[in-house]
Amino acid sequence: MKPARFDYQRADTLAEVHAALAEYGNDARVMAGGQTLMPMLSMRLARPKLLVDIMHLPELARIEADAKVIRIGAGVRQAELLAWPELAQRQPLLASALPWVGHAQTRSRGTVCGSVAHADPSAELPLAMLALDGSIELSAGRKRRSVTAQDFFTGMMSTARGHDELIEAVSIPTRRAGTGTAFAEFGRRHGDFAIVACAAVVAADRVTLAVGGVGDKPERRDFPALDGGALDDALNAFAWDLDARDDLHATAAYRRELVRRMGRDTIEEARRCIA
Amino acid sequence: MSELPTSWCGQSVERVEDAALLTGRGRFIDDLGVRPGTLHAAILRSPHAHAKIVAIRADAARALPGVAAVILAEDVTALPASLVVGVKAPIECWPIATDRVRYVGEPVAVVVAASRYIAEDALDLIEVDYQTLPAVVDPLAALDGTQPILHDGLRSNLASERRFRYGDPERAFAEATHRIAVTIKYPRNSCTPMETYGLIAEYDAGEDAYDVTANFMGPFSLHAVMARALKVPGNRFRLRTPPDSGGSFGVKQGVFPYIVLMGIAARVAGRPVKWVEDRLEHLAASVSATNRVTTLRAAVDADGRVRALDWNQIEDVGAHIRAPEPATLYRMHGNLGGAYDIRNIAVRNRVVLTNKAPTGLNRGFGGPQVYYALERLMQRIAVILKLDPADVIRRNLVPSGAFPYRTATGAIYDSGDYPLAFEKALTDGGYAALRQRQAEARAQGRLYGIGMTAAIEPSVSNMGYITTVLTPEERRKAGPKNGAQATATIALDPVGSVSVHVSSVPQGQGHRTVLSQIVADALGLKPSDVRVVAELDTGRDAWSIASGNYSSRFAAAVGGAAHLAAEKIKAKLAKIAAAQLNVPPEEIEFAGGRARARGNPDNNVAFGRLAATSHWSPGLVPEENQALRETVFWSPPQLTPPSENDEINSSLCHGFIFDFCGVEIDRVTGALRIDKYVTMHDCGRILHPGMVEGQITGGFAHAVGAALYEEYSYGPDGSFQTGTFADYLVPTTMEVPTPVILHIETPSPFTPLGTKGVGEGNCMSTPVCLANAAADALGASDIDLPLTPAKLAALFHPAEAAPPATVRPQPVKTGKGRALQGQGQAQANAAPADVWRMLLDPKTLEAIIPGCHGVEKLSDTHFRADVTLGVGPVTGRYRADIKLSDLDEPKAVTLSGTVTGALGDAKGAGHITLTPTDTGGALLAYEYDAEIGGKVASIGGRLLDGAAKIVIRQFFEALARHTGGPARTGLFARLFGRGA
Amino acid sequence: MHRLSADRRHRVRFTLNGKPVEADAEPRMLLTDFLRHELGQTGTHVGCEHGVCGACTIEIDGVPARACLTLAVQADGATIRTVEGLAPEPGRLSVLQDAFRRHHALQCGFCTAGILMSLDGYLRRHSAPTEAELREFLGGHLCRCTGYTPILAAALDAAKTLREVPAHA
Repeated sequence: MKPARFDYQRADTLAEVHAALAEYGNDARVMAGGQTLMPMLSMRLARPKLLVDIMHLPELARIEADAKVIRIGAGVRQAELLAWPELAQRQPLLASALPWVGHAQTRSRGTVCGSVAHADPSAELPLAMLALDGSIELSAGRKRRSVTAQDFFTGMMSTARGHDELIEAVSIPTRRAGTGTAFAEFGRRHGDFAIVACAAVVAADRVTLAVGGVGDKPERRDFPALDGGALDDALNAFAWDLDARDDLHATAAYRRELVRRMGRDTIEEARRCIA
Repeated sequence: MSELPTSWCGQSVERVEDAALLTGRGRFIDDLGVRPGTLHAAILRSPHAHAKIVAIRADAARALPGVAAVILAEDVTALPASLVVGVKAPIECWPIATDRVRYVGEPVAVVVAASRYIAEDALDLIEVDYQTLPAVVDPLAALDGTQPILHDGLRSNLASERRFRYGDPERAFAEATHRIAVTIKYPRNSCTPMETYGLIAEYDAGEDAYDVTANFMGPFSLHAVMARALKVPGNRFRLRTPPDSGGSFGVKQGVFPYIVLMGIAARVAGRPVKWVEDRLEHLAASVSATNRVTTLRAAVDADGRVRALDWNQIEDVGAHIRAPEPATLYRMHGNLGGAYDIRNIAVRNRVVLTNKAPTGLNRGFGGPQVYYALERLMQRIAVILKLDPADVIRRNLVPSGAFPYRTATGAIYDSGDYPLAFEKALTDGGYAALRQRQAEARAQGRLYGIGMTAAIEPSVSNMGYITTVLTPEERRKAGPKNGAQATATIALDPVGSVSVHVSSVPQGQGHRTVLSQIVADALGLKPSDVRVVAELDTGRDAWSIASGNYSSRFAAAVGGAAHLAAEKIKAKLAKIAAAQLNVPPEEIEFAGGRARARGNPDNNVAFGRLAATSHWSPGLVPEENQALRETVFWSPPQLTPPSENDEINSSLCHGFIFDFCGVEIDRVTGALRIDKYVTMHDCGRILHPGMVEGQITGGFAHAVGAALYEEYSYGPDGSFQTGTFADYLVPTTMEVPTPVILHIETPSPFTPLGTKGVGEGNCMSTPVCLANAAADALGASDIDLPLTPAKLAALFHPAEAAPPATVRPQPVKTGKGRALQGQGQAQANAAPADVWRMLLDPKTLEAIIPGCHGVEKLSDTHFRADVTLGVGPVTGRYRADIKLSDLDEPKAVTLSGTVTGALGDAKGAGHITLTPTDTGGALLAYEYDAEIGGKVASIGGRLLDGAAKIVIRQFFEALARHTGGPARTGLFARLFGRGA
Repeated sequence: MHRLSADRRHRVRFTLNGKPVEADAEPRMLLTDFLRHELGQTGTHVGCEHGVCGACTIEIDGVPARACLTLAVQADGATIRTVEGLAPEPGRLSVLQDAFRRHHALQCGFCTAGILMSLDGYLRRHSAPTEAELREFLGGHLCRCTGYTPILAAALDAAKTLREVPAHA
């Protein structure tokens, strides 16, 4: 279980990264924390020709925040964001979701943007990005664009990123007054891929629920402020819409039931947190 | 002289093993240096559960710089013989697939190269043509006569069948008030030691001799199997073990076929070969416990007293009966009545072959399967007769004072007081309070259940029990087999310090520490005065077929042998001391590092001086009294061969366990939480309480894994689905609570120190105890492991809410493994007739098949394509072979075929219909059905549905684009968002 | 930095347990293999090579890291600690190691180095962890021998000793 051969480039400038991606396209892989990419290399599921290590670029290693947005650079490790003292106050949903990402021993190396780039359908950070209307900043040479999470995640481990593009950062709106958020996850063991994960953002007049672990990508539904049977019906429709599948760990019917029940609990928890 | 304890045994002294292990100075197999020029091996393994090997092309691999040799089946079958099979059946068992592969992960080729990295590069270059065959997966279906037969010499997949009858079960069933039965399907799992298999093999052509160092754990009866397979006498097959081994739990017995395989690789390559198994290899193809289907019936009196049992066991040993199988099925034969006084027992045992990895030793070995049936049955008796399960157990326990107790099937329960241990557990463990807690929880509407289990933990296996699989006549022909030779050597060196060697091959159980306690006690020394070596070298050390570390034999058999060896050398030292101190030998006692005259401690000699005497002054000591080195072989007389009536004392010692627990099941998720777990053990005399506790908490954790999380899962096509530690779920600190451990001690009269084994008991008792509690919580009658949240939730979640009218009904899911199904549609900007032409045109196909490197048209309806497929970073190159059928131009067509590549293979079919649209275009509707196997199914199964969906979507997206149809992502997201 | 070519070995240098070390590695060589077979530091064990079991956990630049999920070339210039660097001197154990010995928190010892390396840093940052916090933190490690109970006991005991006698750290 050893990787196939590849070239390795430790980038000293962003221009180097862009040049490498432009040259190699899909045969290059950006290496950040490596917590997901490395097993794929060792299992020879992934066989890039070039790895571009971006962890020595100080400009990517920053967390920046203003009144509206938290911007997390591609070099920021999950543990660094979790340890950022302003996190819980600026975006409590992110603070609730992050401890569910892997284990302390992988969060210490894994990056926030790496998890977003990988787009695992069970992963917590893409789910939080989707629920929070986050966006992904992509660059290729001098071309830059920002893609909403809604448009970024296109399917199983598939995103709107072009082969020559680098995810430089993700931006997540800070908590808005009058909103409440909650995050809940159920997996076989703590730290496992979610069987179902729910992220809710609620305001007085509306509800956003995003669900991970069920479809091929995190999915989100926006409702008006529903209650009782109407909320049950909306959750039931959402659950059936997710195209749940049977697998080793759970049946499709079980996943739908968790979407209904955990979805409701998560929304109610978010309502209690409105501030 | 400071006051020393009278006995080191019984104290939790610090382990001598730990200083090295805690500082990174352990010497595990992969830590040992190798000779210069040693090659590194990697193994090409079958991606199929069942297939004929049509051709293997290895020239490119051989040509890769750094590759020394590629070893194929013909190299193996040309040299040695097949591994001996333990039943009388015409079956061969080779360490590499010969004509057919019979399980996912079976070795097909071995590459030896300058490094493991290069060896794996070479594996990528080996091409194998397989002709896949239908797979036999379900052990019941394996018997139904419709399935392919795995081995040419057999007429069915039934490899062995035996019936047994003890007492008068027919009469007991006829007379019983109740006849109560359970049927259980015990799943496959494995204790997966943290260190995988590893070995270094060398062949000396001059002496025609093999020298292998491997983290093998025994039994060394397999030394004979390996030597025979390598076609050398035992003295030309030197097997050694490293000083440290990273856990085994039975599993490292299974390295033995690789010892043979790599011995041959070293011989072919002419250089030493090192192989370290990786985790993926380990999960797919090392060794697993057996899965078993059992129907167990009981004849029961009105008060819950069990008069007879009728066992019907179907044991699935996988693709080969690999030695020592079918031992799992027979290890518990003597104690099939469990802790109960049941005199009438009928047994029907069948061993079947299926397309799964071969089975072997695994902690609990046969116990989990037997007690799952027996103790589920006891719980069902309580439920059906409306009794407290504690009362059912109480009424059936072997009574106090009945020991030694001969069971109906032939075991001799050496010692115990089951009612005492049982009542003490209920009292000290707080059973009444737990019932109260349950009542309160239930009053609040919570799902709370209580389970319990009584079990007998056998230890020190009789090497003859496995011959119970043979008929008495076959046994007479083969000659009797029995016993359990344990070995210990004690040596005194010229400065009088004490060395001990045993053939116990520990994998973390602290043998060296306990032996130093035992020998220190015998010789009046401190444990630190005694140095113990526990690795084994068959070329130099005393050993026998029972050597090794299994059946919890250490404390009882090996510890006992060391005690006897110490007593033997002490008797000689006493005679030397008697001469020096001028007292009779009987008057000599050993204490505080000295030999002294009893009652006159001033008349003494230092132990070291005494112990050196026979080296420096042998002339002063009569030869028969010279104390230099003593080896003891000890085998208990109680371990006799099976009787003519098939009674077998399968184990020397029988510990008693009684467990009870309270569990709560989450009403939303179905997750089971262990609220309280009490485990009572009588394992005889305890030598080291800390280690006994460690064995219990460790076994308990394995059992929690088996009960709630772990399963080696196979798809209906035999594909292996749990190929990583992200799919095979080993419990962590978050999942394993701390059990309450209780003891009573009734020493075994059959072992020198009164000890019994304790290492496996909770693996036997805990899975069923938790299942009984879950069944109690949910009022369920049938409940199989593992108790996954989804499985438990299905027992109490209400019927599912119907989909709203606005939602398209879901496609029917087969729900069995890796069968993928899907459907979708696309809008093409061309008429059906034009789309039809494109679908049949290689040039168009080349343009629209994702990642296509070229399409070859073999006929009008047969294409071959070379494609790169993948999602995210997971990409691989595949060959696709596609046939068109059911052509209904230009309305419908069926595409079927196969895709094969390094990451896996798929076969499937898709049906496409073309409907004209109002705007002159065509609506393409498709549905597909595929089975995916190989590497990606084993290690990335989670990703397959989505990956298939994306690839198929890309195809139709490209087709639509090719027709000038809509191709913007946003639109496609809408078109396909719910489909595919 | 220039591109390191796939089929050549390149010099890798880092600080290991306070001392500079160097050896050659292909870009694809895992840090586990580099530590064990190029530098001879076999205390770091390989249990799964896919980042789940935690046996290979070491400390890179002050934080726990799976050595199997790290390339040797990535570690160039880093500061690394492994189990070989835990004991204060030969023949003496650290407070944490000693607690493991007293509580029988290891049996085969194969997973132990990773757990020690995780805990060593954790206890420096968290002087008074609860059992629940330790359970969650240690959830990133698999041990097949002990059932975890004695590991938790040892960690709690070590934390207590370190609070009382911080100089021992």
